[in-house]
Amino acid sequence: MLMDTILFYLFAALVLGGGILTITRRNAVHSAIFLILSLLGVAGLYLLQSAEFLFAVQIVLYVGGIMVLFLFVIMLVNLDQAAKEKQFNRQWTVALACAGLVGAEIFYFLAKGAGAFQLAKGTAEANTGMGNTERLADALFSQYLLPFEIASLLLLVAVVGSVVMAKKRI
Amino acid sequence: MHPITTAHYLGLSAALLLIGTVGVLTRRNIVIILMSIELILNAVNLNLIAFSKALQSVNGQIFAIFVITDAVAEAAVGLGILIALFRNKETVLADEIDLLKW
Amino acid sequence: MNFLDQIWLIPLFPLLGAVLMLLFGKKLDPQPASDVAVAPGVEHTHDEHDTHGHGHGHGHTHDHGHDHAHGGGHGHGSPLKILVSLLCPGMVLLSFLFSLGAVMQLAQLPTKVHQVVQFTWLAGMPFHMLDGRIATFSADWGFLLDPLSAVMILVVTGVGFLIHVYSVGYMAHDNGYYRFFGYLNLFVFFMLMLVLANNYALLFVGWEGVGLCSYLLIGFYYQKKSAADAGKKAFVVNRVGDAGFILGMLLLYALLGTSRFVDVNHALQSGQFHAETAGFGVLSAIALLFFTGATGKSAQFPLYVWLPDAMEGPTPVSALIHAATMVTAGVYMVARSAALFQLTPATSSIVASVGAFTAILAASIALVQNDIKRVLAYSTVSQLGYMFLALGVGAYWVAIFHLFPHAFFKALLFLCSGSVIHAMGGEQDMRRMGALKDKIPVTHWTMWVASLAIAGIPGLAGFFSKDEILWQAYSSPSGSQVLWLIGLVTAGMTAFYMWRLMNMTFYGKSHVAPEVEAHIHESPATMTVPLTVLAIGSALGGWLGVPKLWGLPESFRAFEHWLAPAFAAAAAEGEHGGAHGASIEWILMSVSVAIAIIGIAVARYFYHTKPEIPEKLELRLKPLYGLLLNKWYVDEIYDFLFVNGLAKGGGRAMAAFDLSVIDGAVNGAGWFTRFCSTISMWWDTWIIDGAVRLGSFTVKLLSYPVCFLQTGRVQAYALFFVVGVLAFFGYYVIR
Repeated sequence: MLMDTILFYLFAALVLGGGILTITRRNAVHSAIFLILSLLGVAGLYLLQSAEFLFAVQIVLYVGGIMVLFLFVIMLVNLDQAAKEKQFNRQWTVALACAGLVGAEIFYFLAKGAGAFQLAKGTAEANTGMGNTERLADALFSQYLLPFEIASLLLLVAVVGSVVMAKKRI
Repeated sequence: MHPITTAHYLGLSAALLLIGTVGVLTRRNIVIILMSIELILNAVNLNLIAFSKALQSVNGQIFAIFVITDAVAEAAVGLGILIALFRNKETVLADEIDLLKW
Repeated sequence: MNFLDQIWLIPLFPLLGAVLMLLFGKKLDPQPASDVAVAPGVEHTHDEHDTHGHGHGHGHTHDHGHDHAHGGGHGHGSPLKILVSLLCPGMVLLSFLFSLGAVMQLAQLPTKVHQVVQFTWLAGMPFHMLDGRIATFSADWGFLLDPLSAVMILVVTGVGFLIHVYSVGYMAHDNGYYRFFGYLNLFVFFMLMLVLANNYALLFVGWEGVGLCSYLLIGFYYQKKSAADAGKKAFVVNRVGDAGFILGMLLLYALLGTSRFVDVNHALQSGQFHAETAGFGVLSAIALLFFTGATGKSAQFPLYVWLPDAMEGPTPVSALIHAATMVTAGVYMVARSAALFQLTPATSSIVASVGAFTAILAASIALVQNDIKRVLAYSTVSQLGYMFLALGVGAYWVAIFHLFPHAFFKALLFLCSGSVIHAMGGEQDMRRMGALKDKIPVTHWTMWVASLAIAGIPGLAGFFSKDEILWQAYSSPSGSQVLWLIGLVTAGMTAFYMWRLMNMTFYGKSHVAPEVEAHIHESPATMTVPLTVLAIGSALGGWLGVPKLWGLPESFRAFEHWLAPAFAAAAAEGEHGGAHGASIEWILMSVSVAIAIIGIAVARYFYHTKPEIPEKLELRLKPLYGLLLNKWYVDEIYDFLFVNGLAKGGGRAMAAFDLSVIDGAVNGAGWFTRFCSTISMWWDTWIIDGAVRLGSFTVKLLSYPVCFLQTGRVQAYALFFVVGVLAFFGYYVIR
């Protein structure tokens, strides 16, 4: 239990620290690095929640796929000019205030209903005798087959769309 | 020290969401805005996983997978748009792209 | 041959001549200066008509050798011109012969009235008469021959023929020879229509027709501005009278429902109407309107001013139209309406007064005029005044009796003056004449006869008629001593100015310019023969109306008896001679003869024996002389009153009216329209458009806050999301 707690706070610190640094860095590459850090923290939290498959997906897709894509774009786009500009826009104070208020409200709700939340003892796998990935596959390819296929179509559209937009001349 | 409960995860998720939101709302660099969106999506995923665990249900994780899929698609399209935009406007600053107004 | 039923032919002969002249004259005229209007499309018929005209001309010469002799008398000009010289007077001669035949046959009739109706000329339009009955407005194309019109047609055709013959010589060297004869024939046609018409409407046709011819002939030398102006003046002044005539005619129509003389006279004499002795009724109004017409046509005060100016026309025109015939149309018309004037003593006295006043006024002007034709013109006005004096006192036959010899001697005087002018090469100022007696003897002797006649020397025509007028003016119930005295003074003046003219022209020392003197010659036979004929007429014409007093056989009073049927009503009243003693008549006659002789003697003393006296008198009586020389300034007064005052002033008033009222109305309407349109525009702009704009403005106004939200920056929109979320959560927080 203690181990879990320590790990949670560790990963939480990783996530929040990475996130804060991501949005405050002047250099986009630094931001990307800190984002990777934050995502890794999230991946660790997945593991803590015994979602192993998602842990793997997080590492492979996010850190390996999306962030590489980001880095490629950063390379493609000349960000030197942008780096010299002001990093925050004019509404940043208002935005910060609003976000803070929203956060206050959320935490107010959380504090009010904190007692209602209790993590389950053990895991679903333990109850059914099936592994995490097996159960996911079971649900995904039976119950969620149609959304799964639609999601694949979505990806295809996204690929075609990004190619069309990024190409200089079709 | 209290044991870690779902509320902790939700608080963390909310904090991450707020960080992402602040990034989206305040940064001028579109690349970083896109990254902030990733942060928000991860906050969502955290939430989903937390409830998946609490409810002993795999559906939350399924949804997290779809969210990741969306995030990938979004990142691909968003960055494609960014490249096209940069090619035409020579800028990646969000508040300089304000043609669509009265 | 029954001439009586063929009287409609009488006017047609001159019309034929006029049509031939005016349509084809230009083609015949070898002189290019003539400018007769030729109807288009006559060219191809030219030859045909040419030969036709030839045949006509020969027909005349065979029938009337007399005509031929005259025509042959003047040997110059082209053969075609000679043909015209035969044709036009020939036509008038034919009319004269027909008239003579008709009058002789008329004399055989017991009633002495013959009416020929050709057709209905103005077909009827129904209208309400004054008494409410419905009558039809219609007029015949009909001819009436009675003693009155018989006298007139004989004068018109007889004197007209002689003047035509005279014109052949007088106009021989003139351009527009054909035009002249065309107009002259046309005039004779209209004059015959006037005197032969059997109703007032047809009379009016002739009335206007002679006015037209008068205008055309006064302005015959239309290149001369004064001639053209004189023509216009005559035309315009005559219009004033004509307006009165038309009104009178229509009023008569409304009263009686007919315009035939026979019917009108019958109605008036039927006893249906009583003489308007007390006041001024509708009959008096009609008579006065007719008299207004007569003052225009017959040159009476106040409308006489055109006649002296009419002397701008060729002299034969002055003789024929402005002395012998046309100007007597008014006298004829009043005499024709005798039955009407009989019933209206008030108007009759106006007629007499106007006549007397005109007579003395014109005679006084004639005393000092130096233009030979102007003296005669004022003399004409004066003599016409005599005639109206006679008409006014109810002595209708006397007026016609004076008209008859007057036609002779006044035509003769004019023709003689024309002959003098002809001899002098165009000179008309008597101060540059003198001692012409032996150079142009025929002219002198004929003019001598005429002057004695007009002066009223016993035995010559003028004496009888003038004396009769004076006697009637004195003795008639509507006459008075004043009228007689005016007439007497006028007679003295007449004798004086005529013999002043004679002395200045024919006797005494010659004032002729030397270069003119060499060319003075007696006129050709075509001119002198008519002079002689007219002189005989002037001398003997009066013996048709010898005073009853003289006790000669009744045949010497043929004129009165001849006209008696025409003035039956007047004659009934005319038996008043007994009221005055024979001795008075003898005395008056002697006085008038004496004053004539005194006038002649004074004239001779002034202008022959002691030529310096007039100049002294001129100096001594300068204001009076100036007044007379300038014709009492009547022309100037008219110019001031009517031309400048009424016409120009009226024109100015009209212009002011036009500018202020008409233009004002138009401008006002324009302004009002603009005003309305301004209001409308204002309404449109501010209310209608305003409503639309208000709508759009409201939308725009409402859109402003929203506009401010639409910044175009994506992150601002994202912030709104967050704000929305904040509000959403806030709702739950507060709840």
